[in-house]
Amino acid sequence: MNEQTPAQPMALLNEPATNYLDASYSVVSWLFTTDHKRIAILYLIPVTLMFFIGGLAISLDRLNLMTPDGMLVDADTYNKLFTIHGVIMVFFFLVPVIPTVLGNFFLPLMIGAKDLAFPRINLLSWYLYMIGAAWTSAAVLAGGVDTGWTFYTPYSSMSSHYNVVLTMMGVVIAGFSSLLTGLNFIVTVHWLRAPGMNWFRLPIFVWTMYATSFIFLLAVPVLAMSLILVILERILQIGIFDPALGGDPLLFQHLFWFYSHPAVYIMILPGMGVVSEVIPCFARKQLYGYKFVAFSSFGIACLGFFVWAHHMFVAGISLYAALIFSSLSFMVAVPSAIKVFNWTATLYKSSITFEAPMLFALGFVALFTFGGMAGLFLATLGVDMHVHDTYFVIAHFHFIMVGGMVLGYMAGLHYWWPKMTGRLYSDWWSRITAMVIFIGFFLTFLPQFVLGYNGMPRRYHMYAPEFQVWNVMSTAGASILGVGYVLPLVYLLGSLRYGKPAGRNPWHATGLEWQTPSPPPTENFEESPVVVRAPYQYHLEKAQNEP
Amino acid sequence: MNPSTVANQSESLAHTVFERQRLEEQYENLDQQHHAASLGMWVFLATEVMFFGALFLSVAVYRYLYTEAFERASGRLNWQIGGLNTLVLLVSSLTMVLAVHYAQLGSRKRIILFLGLTALLGACFLSLKGLEYYIDYEEKLVPGFQFDSNEWVTREGLRPDQVPHVKLFLFLYWVMTGIHGLHVTIGIGVVLVMLMLAWKGRFSQAYYAPIDVTALYWHFVDIVWIFLLPTLYLLGTHRWGGE
Repeated sequence: MNEQTPAQPMALLNEPATNYLDASYSVVSWLFTTDHKRIAILYLIPVTLMFFIGGLAISLDRLNLMTPDGMLVDADTYNKLFTIHGVIMVFFFLVPVIPTVLGNFFLPLMIGAKDLAFPRINLLSWYLYMIGAAWTSAAVLAGGVDTGWTFYTPYSSMSSHYNVVLTMMGVVIAGFSSLLTGLNFIVTVHWLRAPGMNWFRLPIFVWTMYATSFIFLLAVPVLAMSLILVILERILQIGIFDPALGGDPLLFQHLFWFYSHPAVYIMILPGMGVVSEVIPCFARKQLYGYKFVAFSSFGIACLGFFVWAHHMFVAGISLYAALIFSSLSFMVAVPSAIKVFNWTATLYKSSITFEAPMLFALGFVALFTFGGMAGLFLATLGVDMHVHDTYFVIAHFHFIMVGGMVLGYMAGLHYWWPKMTGRLYSDWWSRITAMVIFIGFFLTFLPQFVLGYNGMPRRYHMYAPEFQVWNVMSTAGASILGVGYVLPLVYLLGSLRYGKPAGRNPWHATGLEWQTPSPPPTENFEESPVVVRAPYQYHLEKAQNEP
Repeated sequence: MNPSTVANQSESLAHTVFERQRLEEQYENLDQQHHAASLGMWVFLATEVMFFGALFLSVAVYRYLYTEAFERASGRLNWQIGGLNTLVLLVSSLTMVLAVHYAQLGSRKRIILFLGLTALLGACFLSLKGLEYYIDYEEKLVPGFQFDSNEWVTREGLRPDQVPHVKLFLFLYWVMTGIHGLHVTIGIGVVLVMLMLAWKGRFSQAYYAPIDVTALYWHFVDIVWIFLLPTLYLLGTHRWGGE
């Protein structure tokens, strides 16, 4: 695929002057752009902002948990803060972040296309995201919501007045934004691949984006409809889900988790895609078992639709249903493990270097494996009865969501940042940051497994004094983690001004996106690429360079 | 399908200036663009199926839980107008198909004629639906607006604790037909836009993807109605209204 690999550091400084960033400087040219690369940058800014708002909200709660009696905020504020954290992080950061930022930017580049199939719909997605984010933020400013991000009925149809309605509307609008992104990706992968780019030459990142898009398309409408029904129930006082009015709250839970469990895979699959790009590159070796990795994404996406009721083992579903959902949940471990084994096999006897993207990717593999194993405990009916709604669950899904997805995103951002901006960031600071985040993360969430197993329930602003030492550890870890998240903001932004020019291919990676200048020109490629090889042919390049 | 073979096949098609103007820059030729638009609509319709699916699931669950109240309430709906509307929509599907057929043949006048008829039949559906809503309102079938709880106990012989279930059914009826009506309204708007574009001579035998895609959407909206009619209107009438 990568025909001209020899490094050419001098020639790199003479790249063509017009790239997508300096094609035009006016605000209008950004706000009405249909260039997928500009839209990715448009997403990067609010998504990052949402990440820090969501992080700040939970920092206050975490600080509050330093002492058993809740030293900082009262119970009501505590509830509102963790709701803000959950809603913003799930719906406005974790779900959209990799598809809209990295996917938007790199999916067309990786398959050799000039743009997505429907560029105007892509811009529409961004506007919907912004409206949804603003709408939900308005609800927060208007007094907040205390339902938790799950909006369980009947509480959500009784509490917080109309703030719940506003918040849900924001979530529904943002949901349609993701849905349109998914639609765009699917059509693009089907119809805009470069000549020679057949299905088994697609990079794994594209496969995971494709699988993620399917989940978007089939799950988001169900969430939208159930939230719309809750909104109507609130406004018209008719009991769709409210037992006092004849409705069934379990139905809401079914509908909600029918979206929200697949949504977990929306959040993790893109991270897996990034890691599958980064590991072969920094191990200088072909990805082991390409087809297995590609198809396991679909295995996860399909199975992910049949496990939702494992969130409801203690909600009063029948024992037989619980047994089936428990077994199905175990089965998801199979495709996930296939991926982990394949990454490990790729690393085996390879030439590994530890640049920042690789450190983040290795962190992803470690934390995802750890969190995934904890998931098996939760899929076990008996154990779940014990640890349901405790910090054990919190620790489990933060290992996957933060340890997995956020590290995956960081890996991708660091891997592709030179391509997006044309600049190299500080190597030393980025490696330090990867380590700080990894250590901070472990210290934050490992104690929560212990807390949960010993019975500390989630979502309380006070707790029994014997839990304090673990909570202090967790809060200490969170402050380290916070530092780790602020650092990239400094050196990545700094790189825009002080960074060295990156050149086309700073990592000597294969893949079409590295053949075009950094930053890429508006039309992506100087001449339409023709693909002649499968991806990740690092072993060939090695043979060439070592005569 | 391999894009390069598509490129060869349609090389001859995309040769006029007219057609090149319709080609967006990310595509090689109009054929590829047409396929992409068509797949995009199919994918969108898949999401719509899931969207309505959540509502059909709710009806199924509550029908199972509250069978009697649901059947009584269903029996009060106006199946005559519902049936007539089914006919209207089915005919509109036929006119839509004919519009696509003549788009393939490049007959501008007939495209305009059949798109016009489709929009007209859509409007006819909405008017009948509006009339039906008005009759429903007169019969006090709107929960929250002059809804008469006693009537369901005295006239229909339900227990007072079943009245909320009647409301539940009616609520689902209003939401489902309302959202369907919204889809029809959007459909009419899109059909009218297509009509205007056809009027301006924007389509040709090589370029009629927008009409094709509009037709897909229109048929989907019809199919939803075909599921709505038995689910909401017919499953009660047979047992209670017919006796």
